[in-house]
Amino acid sequence: MELVLTTHFGNDQYHAIGTYQELGGYVALKKALGMTSDAIIDEVKKASLRGRGGAGFPAGIKWGFLPKNDRPRVLVINADEGEPGTFKDRLIMSRGPHLLIEGIAIAAFALNAHMSYIYIRGEFVKEANILNEAIDEAYAKGFLGKNILGSGFDLDLTVHRGAGAYVCGEETSLINSLEGKRGWPRLKPPFPAVVGAFGLPTIVNNVETLADVPWIITNGGEKFAALGSEKNGGTRLIGVSGWVEKPGVYELPCGTNLKDIIYKHCGGIKNGKALKAVIPGGSSTVVLRPDEIDVAYDIESMAKIGSASGSGGVIVIPEGTCMVRILSVLMNFYAHESCGQCTPCREGTGWFKTIVSRIENGKGRPGDIELLLDICDNIMGRTVCPLSEAAGMPVKGFLTKFRDEFEQHIRDQKCPYGNKFQSAHA
Amino acid sequence: MPNIILNGLQISVPDGTTILNAAKQAGIEIPHYCYHPKLPIAGSCRMCLVEVEKAPKLMTACSTTVTDGMVVFTDSEKVRKAVTGVLELMLIHHPLDCPICDQAGECGLQDYYMKYGLHKSRYDLEDKVHKTKHQDIGGQIMLDSERCILCSRCVRFLNEVPKTGELEISQRANHSEIGIFPGRPLDNHYTGNLADVCPVGALTSKDFRFKCRVWFLSSVKSVCTGCANGCNIDAHFREQTMYRVKPRVNDAVNQAWMCDFGRLEYKKANEGRILEPTLRQGGSDRTPGWDSALADVAFKLKDAVDHHGAEAVAVIASPQSSNEELFLIRRLADEILGTPNLSFTSRVAGDGFADEILIKADKNPNAKGAGLLGISDSGFDALLQKIADKKIKALLVFGNVLGDLADNEVATLLSAVPFVGLAGSNESALSRAAHAVLPTASIFERSGTFTNSAGRVQRFEAGFLPRGNARPDLDIVTGIANRLGAGWTFEGAAAVFAVISASVAPFAGLTYESLGDQGQNVTEAGNA
Ligand SMILES: Cc1cc2nc3c(=O)[nH]c(=O)nc-3n(C[C@H](O)[C@H](O)[C@H](O)COP(=O)(O)O)c2cc1C
Ligand code: SF4
Ligand code: SF4
Ligand code: SF4
Ligand code: FES
Repeated sequence: MELVLTTHFGNDQYHAIGTYQELGGYVALKKALGMTSDAIIDEVKKASLRGRGGAGFPAGIKWGFLPKNDRPRVLVINADEGEPGTFKDRLIMSRGPHLLIEGIAIAAFALNAHMSYIYIRGEFVKEANILNEAIDEAYAKGFLGKNILGSGFDLDLTVHRGAGAYVCGEETSLINSLEGKRGWPRLKPPFPAVVGAFGLPTIVNNVETLADVPWIITNGGEKFAALGSEKNGGTRLIGVSGWVEKPGVYELPCGTNLKDIIYKHCGGIKNGKALKAVIPGGSSTVVLRPDEIDVAYDIESMAKIGSASGSGGVIVIPEGTCMVRILSVLMNFYAHESCGQCTPCREGTGWFKTIVSRIENGKGRPGDIELLLDICDNIMGRTVCPLSEAAGMPVKGFLTKFRDEFEQHIRDQKCPYGNKFQSAHA
Repeated sequence: MPNIILNGLQISVPDGTTILNAAKQAGIEIPHYCYHPKLPIAGSCRMCLVEVEKAPKLMTACSTTVTDGMVVFTDSEKVRKAVTGVLELMLIHHPLDCPICDQAGECGLQDYYMKYGLHKSRYDLEDKVHKTKHQDIGGQIMLDSERCILCSRCVRFLNEVPKTGELEISQRANHSEIGIFPGRPLDNHYTGNLADVCPVGALTSKDFRFKCRVWFLSSVKSVCTGCANGCNIDAHFREQTMYRVKPRVNDAVNQAWMCDFGRLEYKKANEGRILEPTLRQGGSDRTPGWDSALADVAFKLKDAVDHHGAEAVAVIASPQSSNEELFLIRRLADEILGTPNLSFTSRVAGDGFADEILIKADKNPNAKGAGLLGISDSGFDALLQKIADKKIKALLVFGNVLGDLADNEVATLLSAVPFVGLAGSNESALSRAAHAVLPTASIFERSGTFTNSAGRVQRFEAGFLPRGNARPDLDIVTGIANRLGAGWTFEGAAAVFAVISASVAPFAGLTYESLGDQGQNVTEAGNA
């Protein structure tokens, strides 16, 4: 099977520029510098490269949104990786930082951007250090900085560390945070492509999205597209966690069957337990029952069953786990991470947490399930950014697919699994 | 001009109009909290949700501009449920302090609750997040952050207008809390506006707190007398007591703001007022009533002219007086007394602070008007010299101060004049030194116009009758003039203004009616 990203991740020197170049690194950049901007964007369009940050927007089309004016442009790389269950970008940054840097240089050249920033999650100290070393190496070798490889193209790349907010992964909040402001998402329009970082036209892409670009330039967009499924070019890094034999990050073609991911690639459920549920694309995606996982893991197929591949974080839940407790843990997260700007999200996420935790703690009331669903209706799609939906999706999913378990908690006034989840932030 | 269909109604509005403003123009109110017409759009409270045909989600009316052919519903079932839902969420942590809250009666939460809420609380009292109550955050403001709905209007105000940014929202999610930075209280000249921009009772005026329920207050349109900017205000009073003033919107003058100094100027109408016409002779005071008092002043002025010539009589006007008052005062001096000794000064004690926002160095509302009406301030010092040199035998003074003279200087200076008549509203060194004291109406007890430093002529209206036995200056000037044979028959400020506009070039073309409540500029010639 052909791999795009992880071929050399087993090599513990791959992060060093010498090794990276010996193994074919920065050849794509040379090639791209000889192409026109349009030709590069065309190749990315042909590749059907979909954003890997969660929303799955086609990268080539996004790049075409920049207004045709001569204002300086900014390329921002989203390395916030905050979605619970997601841990793929950190692998790229620690094992193959030059893949990302090369992708950034090519994208910036295609976008005619001379400023680029990697906004990295504050907790990723090690990854930030690796990136900074790699960036220094790239500057020293002339892959970044002034007149890159004699092409006349200049690019600066800076690593900016976040300060620990999930919402700062949302692109406009990220931009505010990058500017030194409070990490509050911005009202759209205007979209970042028109008014973004420092008021300039800005493209925001996920780490993995950009790390795919060198391969596309070397091998051609069509070949990349052919690796995956329809409209979903290439491979994806899928982070599988939870109760499987071999948890970890797997690079698999887009459209790989989800059941195969869990049973073939990850060795199935640990200790031969039965599967109870799968959260397929990060905590904000709708949970699946075991009978729903025989599905192609790509954007359209997952949407068809009412869920999403999201950020590629698969969380596997075995029998014997209390679903109310899981939802309670999740709601604690969203209630902590809402930026607090919009009334519905600020108050709704807190209310979710209050109700779900009382159900889990044996104090649920008749009507609580309907109340939760009504709050979902009142907050989802009613806010500045999609965080309210991110919080509402799991509530809806858990309540529709595991409703009996919630009813049982309320009826018996206790958790049948004996679990007690005490909120850390009560 | 895009055409849109709003609740089935076809309307046409200028390009770039938001749905909220388009609806407003059509007389439809869309509920809103974070939107404020004079502040940047936040779009975060989510109260203004409306349904737009073909849009997948409800849109915020405050931030969505109309496009041609847009079909909007502000009253559909879906919208009502959404708005009720947002309001419910807004209230779940609200303390519901209404019985002890100053905002009660003019509170955005109460208003919309009556319209959209009326639900039984689905949230437990014991789950409410508690926050800090009544903190003095500096300036004129108290903060109760538990009542705050986090609309960020105050933050945007401080960032946009005084540009001092003292308030910020800290923490996240439902622990978000408005507040100042530790040890850094409000420090600007516009803090009072925070109580106005705050749609709820979170930011309240220290001055107004617990003084009066707002539903007992009446309001009248007025103009601030604190400086030459002439900020438009609404004056709130009960019977004959002033309780507060609030800025009134005028895009040409003060947008929706006023300064902290001006906001407290109203107190002069309540405190230290002179209530009876008083004659003072040989250390004893008499209150003989208006007829005798006016007759006495008129006689003393005439007597001085008769015995010492018109040069021995002087009139000091006040830039706190209205255009109409100043016009009649000039005619009294010119035509009736025939004296050249007429002047005024806009100097006052203090530093004459000014900024680029509203505050002007000239602390009077009508120095510009005085000049346009032919009263010059250039001879003021020379006139004081004449007084000191005992050349003035009878002096008529308007107002409560004599320029920037200190109290003891006033007393010394006036002891050089055998007769001093004063028309003033408040007790002062002037009123203590005068031989005849004629109590005048406060700004809230009379009507008229001021001309601000930019040449804008603006009306102020009487809210209530003069306190005690005070009278409007117009009546007083007319009373003196008629006792000296003037034969004036003006009925109020409007009539005087008509004569001004007919006879004083810069005011040509203006009428009392056309000034309306936003004022009009004097002509270029007058403004030059
Ligand atoms: C609450 C929230 C959190 C997000 N967090 C991340 C994140 O950690 N990393 C990321 O790449 N995208 C995140 N996104 C998506 C970004 O807004 C944006 O769509 C993405 O960075 C675009 O890159 P892509 O098109 O390459 O996927 C988040 C979105 C939301 C609403
Ligand atoms: S939806 Fe939530 S996280 Fe997003 S802007 Fe609104 S309050 Fe902030
Ligand atoms: S204090 Fe008032 S103005 Fe400021 S955010 Fe709270 S509710 Fe809004
Ligand atoms: S700026 Fe001048 S006119 Fe305006 S409120 Fe202040 S003192 Fe009054
Ligand atoms: S008024 Fe529109 S979102 Fe607040």
